[in-house]
Amino acid sequence: MTTPTRPALELKNVSLSFKGVKAISELSFRVEAGEICALIGPNGAGKSSLLNILNGVYVPDAGEIILEGEHFSRMQPLEAARRGIGRGFQNNALFSGMSVIDNAITGLSRHSRLTLVEEMFRLPRARHEERRFRERAHEVLRLFGLDRHAATVVGTLPYGVQKKVELARAIVAEPRLVLLDEPLAGMNASEKQEIAAVIARLNRELKLTIVLIEHDIGIVLELAHHVVVLDYGRKLADGPPETIRDNPDVIAAYLGSERAEIAA
Amino acid sequence: MSMFLETLIGGLLAGTMYSMVAIGFVLIYKASGVFNYAQGSILLFAALTFVSLTDQGVPAFGAIALTIALLVLMAITIERLLLRPLTNRSPMTLFMATLGLSYLVEAVAQGTMGSQVRALDLGIDDLPIFLGDIMISQFDLVAAGVALTLGIALSLLFNRTRIGIQLRGVADDTRAALSLGIDINRIWQIVWAVAGIVGLVAGLLWGARQGVQFSLSLVVLKALPVLIIGGFTSIAGAILGGLIVGASESLAETYIGPFLGGGITPWFAYALALVFLFIRPAGLFGERQIERV
Repeated sequence: MTTPTRPALELKNVSLSFKGVKAISELSFRVEAGEICALIGPNGAGKSSLLNILNGVYVPDAGEIILEGEHFSRMQPLEAARRGIGRGFQNNALFSGMSVIDNAITGLSRHSRLTLVEEMFRLPRARHEERRFRERAHEVLRLFGLDRHAATVVGTLPYGVQKKVELARAIVAEPRLVLLDEPLAGMNASEKQEIAAVIARLNRELKLTIVLIEHDIGIVLELAHHVVVLDYGRKLADGPPETIRDNPDVIAAYLGSERAEIAA
Repeated sequence: MSMFLETLIGGLLAGTMYSMVAIGFVLIYKASGVFNYAQGSILLFAALTFVSLTDQGVPAFGAIALTIALLVLMAITIERLLLRPLTNRSPMTLFMATLGLSYLVEAVAQGTMGSQVRALDLGIDDLPIFLGDIMISQFDLVAAGVALTLGIALSLLFNRTRIGIQLRGVADDTRAALSLGIDINRIWQIVWAVAGIVGLVAGLLWGARQGVQFSLSLVVLKALPVLIIGGFTSIAGAILGGLIVGASESLAETYIGPFLGGGITPWFAYALALVFLFIRPAGLFGERQIERV
């Protein structure tokens, strides 16, 4: 018997409620290794909550999360980071008073192998690690064309550039899986194209598995290999972009009049 | 004029002693949003441990190293047994917990090491030196030098090292910090340990001046106006706040005191802090809290 290819991530009957109100009901789907999986659905469909479950911010009421073959009933944020889950937040969660390079360095925290004493008293190993992290952070900034902003305080940069910094911080630690919550929100058309191209390149060149939430259907259908449609915390559809586009339920619930534009 | 300068300089130097106490609070408040009521007891504990060790014949450097080791151990214990179980509780709950902690630390310190007044000699002559006709206390000068060194060391730690970067990350956005793999518990341990070491330095200088005894833990009350003036989240603010409190206190005593029958030092700093609360509630360097709704 041959083992079937193992998905990067699998959810089985995951449910979440806030004070009795169901946010997610018995949701199951798989994310294959190396794919870009887009979560779409109207506001309040449970998309962000789902990402929060995946990196341990929320605790699901029931169900199972299977990460590279390992079963979990819940994740812990620190544990999720250490297992290589990177995360970008809606509206950014950058450390706005810190420089771009310092933000990127925080992204490497999960690779730290120092003991408390080494870190506190800055023993040689601590200084060595610090130097290595700084170099690695600079490399990633170059990849995003952010090197000229390295010393700039993040809060003073335009929103579009900040979004790139957040993306850089999420991938600097070479995660295996990245969760991105509306990475293109609040950008103009050309910025969206630029970031979408970066995401596609990260996926292609680093074989990075990406789960992202995005409202711009045009870009989703272009970028994603796999689309999961949520509505009121339930899965409405799940499949490659072509089938999603033609699914009558999805059209009714979500795409609506945009359907005509996409078909055109 | 020389009288004014002498009063001012004396006040500024004394103010650095307040700064050192205030810095201990800033560190912990920055990292975890807790006003650590136990800082004074930890300061007392540190000074008392040092004195007890040197009384046993342990050389000063050995005593400092042993005391620091004990403070690190204490920080780890506090994080494990107190902070970790109370994660995500309200700041008031945490404050109450540190209130309890302060009694515990005081009891342990005095129970094991006694409650009588102990002399602490740091070997600094307290002979005044003269700059022209201005008299300056040599002890104050040394204390100010120590405070300055401490301030520089801490700002290097926070701005140049990865601990500092992580700490600022935790202070800025705890959720994001966690999702990047920053070990918040580890950061808390480090911050409490560093605050303990700052307490040791402050405790040694204050202890050398007024003897090591229970009342040493009350110097923290002087840190409160310093924090209100400088802001709870800034080390630079704590230093500046201390200087303002020290200078204004001694100037007020000299120039306003006589009109009010003297003895205004004990309350003047609090009155000044009250004025600041009206004008600039976040303090000079504090971050204004913006509530998202």
